[in-house]
Amino acid sequence: MITLLYFARLREALGVSTEQIDLPPEVRDIAGLTALLRARGGAWENELAEGRAYRIAVNQDMADGATAIKTGDEIAIFPPVTGG
Amino acid sequence: MAIRVQQEDFDLGAELLALRQDNPKIGAIASFLGLVRDINEGDAVAGMSLEHYPGMTEKALERIVEQAKARWDIFDALVIHRVGDLQPTDQIVLVAVTSAHRGEAFAACEFIMDYLKTEAPFWKREQTSSGARWVDARESDENAAKRWEK
Repeated sequence: MITLLYFARLREALGVSTEQIDLPPEVRDIAGLTALLRARGGAWENELAEGRAYRIAVNQDMADGATAIKTGDEIAIFPPVTGG
Repeated sequence: MAIRVQQEDFDLGAELLALRQDNPKIGAIASFLGLVRDINEGDAVAGMSLEHYPGMTEKALERIVEQAKARWDIFDALVIHRVGDLQPTDQIVLVAVTSAHRGEAFAACEFIMDYLKTEAPFWKREQTSSGARWVDARESDENAAKRWEK
């Protein structure tokens, strides 16, 4: 299992704040995970499409498509930040 | 180093006093205080709510302060960022840096603020007359952070 967290505008667009999913054995990195989520269609396909601005953190560190993931990880998907 | 993410307001004078107390080596404190404005992108803003990613927010801010400490000769830094519902004129963020001389304090304070804007997971949602909207990230903030890479 991995824990997925969604924040701010993406949380609203996707209609979920957190979920736990089983990590398929063929999914080993963030690029694989986002492809898996896009395959859900609808808002998932639209919001996580190539070229859309979103950020991903793995275990609370900023990550990119090549970042490896494994069972037990906490993975957060969110829009570019706007604090300060 | 002190990092605080909180709903409550803070007392700027008391925070600066606490930061510098009992250290006669401090010759300078640079502080930045961010406030909620009543206008953004040409629209009146009645208020805003701030969401964050508990855990990662604190980690990200700690890392930014560590980078500032590695880069400039500063004694200490304080970052306070509020979350939850805020109104125009409310205090939203404080960055304060102590050092022996002003140059290091000014630079480190601005660096921390620029990186906070682009790296720390906070998101603003504004209430305007046409409804609530998520604030978009600004390219100018990305550029402000990038200039420190030189």
